[in-house]
Amino acid sequence: MPPFLVIARLTIQEASRRRLLLALLILTLVVVGFSAWGFNKITTLTRSNGEPLPPDQIALLTSQLLIVITFMFSGVLALSAAVVAGPLISSEVESGLLLSILARPVRRSEIVIGKWLGLAALVALYAAFAGTLELGAVDWATGYLPPHPVELLAFVAAEGLVLLSVGLVLSTRLSGITAGVIALVSWLIAWIAGVVGDIGAGLENQALANVGVVSHLVLPSDGLWRGAIYAMEPDTLIAAMRALGTAGRANPFAATDPPPVEFLLWVVVWFALVLALSVWSFRSREI
Amino acid sequence: MAELAETTTAVASPHAAAGTPAVKTVELTKTFGRTVGLAGLTMTVPSGEVFGFLGPNGAGKTTAVKLLLGLLKPTSGQGWLLGRRLGDLGARRRIGYLPELFRYQAWLTAAEVLALHCQLAPLPRSSWKDEIRTVLETVGLSERAGDRVGTFSKGMQQRLGLGAALLGEPDLVFLDEPTSALDPVGRHDVREIIRGLAARGTAVFLNSHLLSEVEQVCDRVAVVDHGRVIAQGTMDELLGGTAVRVRATGLAQADKNKLASFGRIDDEGDQLTFTSLDAERVPELVAMIVSLGGRVYEVAPRHQTLEDRFLQLLEDEER
Repeated sequence: MPPFLVIARLTIQEASRRRLLLALLILTLVVVGFSAWGFNKITTLTRSNGEPLPPDQIALLTSQLLIVITFMFSGVLALSAAVVAGPLISSEVESGLLLSILARPVRRSEIVIGKWLGLAALVALYAAFAGTLELGAVDWATGYLPPHPVELLAFVAAEGLVLLSVGLVLSTRLSGITAGVIALVSWLIAWIAGVVGDIGAGLENQALANVGVVSHLVLPSDGLWRGAIYAMEPDTLIAAMRALGTAGRANPFAATDPPPVEFLLWVVVWFALVLALSVWSFRSREI
Repeated sequence: MAELAETTTAVASPHAAAGTPAVKTVELTKTFGRTVGLAGLTMTVPSGEVFGFLGPNGAGKTTAVKLLLGLLKPTSGQGWLLGRRLGDLGARRRIGYLPELFRYQAWLTAAEVLALHCQLAPLPRSSWKDEIRTVLETVGLSERAGDRVGTFSKGMQQRLGLGAALLGEPDLVFLDEPTSALDPVGRHDVREIIRGLAARGTAVFLNSHLLSEVEQVCDRVAVVDHGRVIAQGTMDELLGGTAVRVRATGLAQADKNKLASFGRIDDEGDQLTFTSLDAERVPELVAMIVSLGGRVYEVAPRHQTLEDRFLQLLEDEER
């Protein structure tokens, strides 16, 4: 097995042995259970005249609530990825854990890529597992499924991977706690910058709109989140928002268009650049 | 900042070329900003020898080991491990390393940590089981093979680290303060392990400030202070002199100062050790002490110990 796969396996093994996976599993089951109960309550809502809500209104309400819950879920996933990635390399350098490994015929790039791969696999698998469970619960409770569930999970997982990559590149130089905090703050700033960009688009103010564009390029987490929103919106809602023109774009929990292909290509390049930066940074670090 | 070298050069096994030193450095220098970590280290560790690298705390011992292992990049100078340039991945296939700051995956069992190192070394999979069993026996951890490292005492973790360094019968083993967490029994075991390595023809680079330990196992030593080698040679070359211990009363500090012509004195009250004194001068020394009003109870010439020589070297260096 090549060294980077050994390191990837070790990273997954650590998460498992340290009971991170068990904690995530229990938390996920609790959250999914509660949300299934909550979604089920939507189907029992009635109008003022006592009639039950028509199915399209239940679908609309469910889709909106699902967007809010997914925002929380993607946030928790992204923040967890940042917190776990922050100390991934720095703590092992500080503790001396990496010393005996680096004395083996292992390239530092293999350590960085192995750790990224291991954690990325965990993030992607967890997003797929927890997301599928939640969508299944919502479907069971309300009969509603978002129009593009696979894309939704892919965007949420990719957002987690962005924060994981930011945490990892910082971890090659900074202490775990500093790297984690910077990654968290970056995620929040990127989200707020995305909101500012929306407002700019709504008001047709190019300068504000550019804030959103630039933030999506620097840290694509918010851009990916918009992709996740788009994947969750029923066609009727998208059509209604498009009818509103630019004003329909000024909402941080709505997306009138899917992310442009150019943006998705940039995300691939962004991952490559950040990983390359992580490798360079760790290779030139003296231990 | 320049990247650390991680190259693989196509050089025939230096073992094939007899006489290739295990370690060779020429003016290897490392500075950290204004601080000098290592100032022009030039030395050769012959293959198959046990080499003691001595020095007080902060002398540059660990910096030297990290430079040799490619964990640090030299500011200037050159070095070779087993005939290959520093940072060469091929050389790292044939070395073992117990770091001073030893720490292993707390969530793995001892056997799993060793299996991880077998995999990274890399050793053929078919040999892992025997390798792991053998090193666990060697370091006395057979009974704890299946226990998590997180439950180990510091001494047991150091034994495990030593075991990891021994995997695959390396040609060169770096041991950085290998007994710092061990009790006297553990220290004895480590000495036996080092002797075993020497018998097998493995070169050992022993970084230590425990002089008695070094004296017992090393063929050759280098003494480093302030990042510079101040003496090196075989143990016989280094410890050629005699030390004389004198028990005498009635000497004031001023009187003791007058004895400085007999060389460095290790002053412990009534007990004075002249760390390097020709045995021929003993009568002259006793006569001088008596003339100063001292009462001599005991005079014991003996071979100079490494500690005598070490302290003398450091004092000479200070002057």
